[in-house]
Amino acid sequence: MAVTTLPAQRTLDVPAVLKECGLAAFVAFALAAPMVGLETLPLIGGLGINTRFGAVAYAAVLVFFGRLGFALLRAGYPVPVLIASLVFAAVLISLLLTGADQILPFKSLILNWFIALLAMVITVRAAWALRRPTAEMAARERENVMDRVGIAVLRRARWLGPLAIAVAIALPFLPFADRRFLDLAILVMTYVMLGWGLNIVVGLAGLLDLGYVAFYAVGAYSFALLALHFDLGFWVSLPLAGLMAAGAGVLLGFPVLRLRGDYLAIVTLGFGEMIRIILVNWYSFTNGPDGLSGIPRPSFFGFPFTRRPAEGTMSFHQLFDVDFASIQRIIFLYYVILVLALVTNMFTLRLRKLPLGRAWEALREDEVACRSLGINPTNTKLTAFGIGAMFAGIAGSFFATRQGFISPESFTFIESAIILSIVVLGGMGSQIGVVVAAILLIGMPEWFRELGQFRMLAFGAGMVLIMIWRPRGLLAHRDPTIRLNRDGDFEAPG
Amino acid sequence: MSADATTVTAGDATLLRVEHLTIRFGGLIAVDDLSFAAQDREITALIGPNGAGKTTVFNCLTGFYKPSVGRFVLNLADGPRYLERMEGFDIARAGVARTFQNIRLFTGMSVLENLLAAQHNKLMRASFFALAGLLNLRSYRRAEAEAVELARYWLDRIGLSDRADINAGNLPYGDQRRLEIARAMCIEPVLLCLDEPAAGLNVRESAELNALLAYIRDQHRIALLLIEHDMSVVMEISDHVVVLDYGKQISAGSPAEVRKDPAVIRAYLGEEEDAELPPIIEKDLGEGS
Repeated sequence: MAVTTLPAQRTLDVPAVLKECGLAAFVAFALAAPMVGLETLPLIGGLGINTRFGAVAYAAVLVFFGRLGFALLRAGYPVPVLIASLVFAAVLISLLLTGADQILPFKSLILNWFIALLAMVITVRAAWALRRPTAEMAARERENVMDRVGIAVLRRARWLGPLAIAVAIALPFLPFADRRFLDLAILVMTYVMLGWGLNIVVGLAGLLDLGYVAFYAVGAYSFALLALHFDLGFWVSLPLAGLMAAGAGVLLGFPVLRLRGDYLAIVTLGFGEMIRIILVNWYSFTNGPDGLSGIPRPSFFGFPFTRRPAEGTMSFHQLFDVDFASIQRIIFLYYVILVLALVTNMFTLRLRKLPLGRAWEALREDEVACRSLGINPTNTKLTAFGIGAMFAGIAGSFFATRQGFISPESFTFIESAIILSIVVLGGMGSQIGVVVAAILLIGMPEWFRELGQFRMLAFGAGMVLIMIWRPRGLLAHRDPTIRLNRDGDFEAPG
Repeated sequence: MSADATTVTAGDATLLRVEHLTIRFGGLIAVDDLSFAAQDREITALIGPNGAGKTTVFNCLTGFYKPSVGRFVLNLADGPRYLERMEGFDIARAGVARTFQNIRLFTGMSVLENLLAAQHNKLMRASFFALAGLLNLRSYRRAEAEAVELARYWLDRIGLSDRADINAGNLPYGDQRRLEIARAMCIEPVLLCLDEPAAGLNVRESAELNALLAYIRDQHRIALLLIEHDMSVVMEISDHVVVLDYGKQISAGSPAEVRKDPAVIRAYLGEEEDAELPPIIEKDLGEGS
């Protein structure tokens, strides 16, 4: 044992630590045995089973030592943990870098790098513990650190926001921005817009809406039907679709907004399903489960993105006298959703500073007090519901024109759940938090498709981690909408 | 808001008349045929033992319950309003503000935002239901500046100007009580209803509260209706006291009259009329006169 000057009393209860590590290893073993240990193989005439119990044992051993590392850190023995984790990480990384990783039980490169990363995390924590006598950072302290991050982000929002917008504008022309990347960026941006829209309802007005995707569907179908039956273009149908979705929001809001909390959540959940079921069953109107196809693509204000435009019209590449490339349409779509999302954001930020936005937040805080101050709760909630629905509808019509095909399958409950997760994980009411959460929740799973079937597992693990570390969301810090004292500094959290 | 502009005539200063108010919850009669009046520029106190029905009267007056029998008449310059027929938020718009026994601030919002939320209707009209505000028109900016000025006035009064930008939930208890009163005053009411404003305050804070209430009555010339347990507050600043017991009015009059009323003493101390008052109660009832 290395000699240190740590004043912390060392209380290493060996049996308890072994029991704890053994239990963790057992849980890992129990989980891994069926999921990792047995692999089905397609054989001629049926399925075969391949066993990988080496990998299972390896996983259990890794969990045992990882847990032991944390237990030793907690008990105040950082030095051996530091040395062991450092050696382990170094060996693993050198194996990976020299391409000699074939001897490892895990064949997936990503998984091996992930393990190396976890070893590094333990190393860093051990180093941290060396510096400070108390190995564990108090949860309260960690909360404050993250609060300070939140405050720092907000304080820098003045230039961080424009910087992010500049990056977003430059994105299609960056060297790594290929078609796949741009498609992903469009998807993330759509969810950012939906998140910002739902943030009005959930984050500001405090109305838990589990059926937000219904308004997304109303927007998409409004756009598709208007375009197919009345031959209206994208730019005309867009506001109409938004209005129809807002109408649906107000229509739903009238009867249900007297409900609160869980009851409202259940009714909105039901409404979301109702819309989807109507879309499936009203065959003559919505074409049922077959969906609507042939939805017109957006044009550059009348100039289509086609190689050979119809007689008498001019296409985008002819207008600008450049060579035709299919990516031009993708880049244009990207800018359309970027502008739509930014409009949503600016609208929300402005509304927050207006009496209407303040009434929403007041309503979230205390409805009884609002009533006693002459604020009409029903009308105020209706505006939040309607405006939130309007942005979902606009995002929905963008979705329809991008896909060219929509069917009820795109509007299932899981979409509502994902949008809500973005808002909650980002930190209720935080605009930047929504962007960060959308990138994490939509971008990361798409990016890590290499993980294959473990993708959703990683997604769930990430959500659990965020809920443990940041139960109020990643960037949950509310700044007053108006200040009396101009020189007012940020209040210390707590 | 000047009271002269909003009440009927100088001669009749009755702002609120409660007439034959009865409130039943199933078989329970919480308030039984209660009638009293609150005069303009006076503090009317509603007192009584626990469970006498005081808060029920308040909740009914501010629209949270409907009375089983009876009515509330609020005399405004442009005619009487019958509050029992109105929604809670309309009652507030008519000029009846209230505070709550357990403080109900918007704890997640800043002190200043609490006071601006109280001026919601005025600002909504000024912003044409958010349109002028979205366009950031000058008319809206001016209205907002005026609203901030009113908030600043009240913050100066309750001594919270330098803490206007912190969350209301982070204020100490006594400050939260006074902020709730300031917030109620920001709707520019003609009648301010206070539900146990002195509950949980220490002696010094209680004295500050008395000064604040007297200031509101004298400078803003509105009527105050007060539920209170703290006799030092009631006896010192009330102009008129109504005593409730088991939902019935058992006494009414000036603080001095009420204090001597045997029915009141019986309600507070029990049946034995000839019993000597314990000195501590004597002192409590007598304080501040």
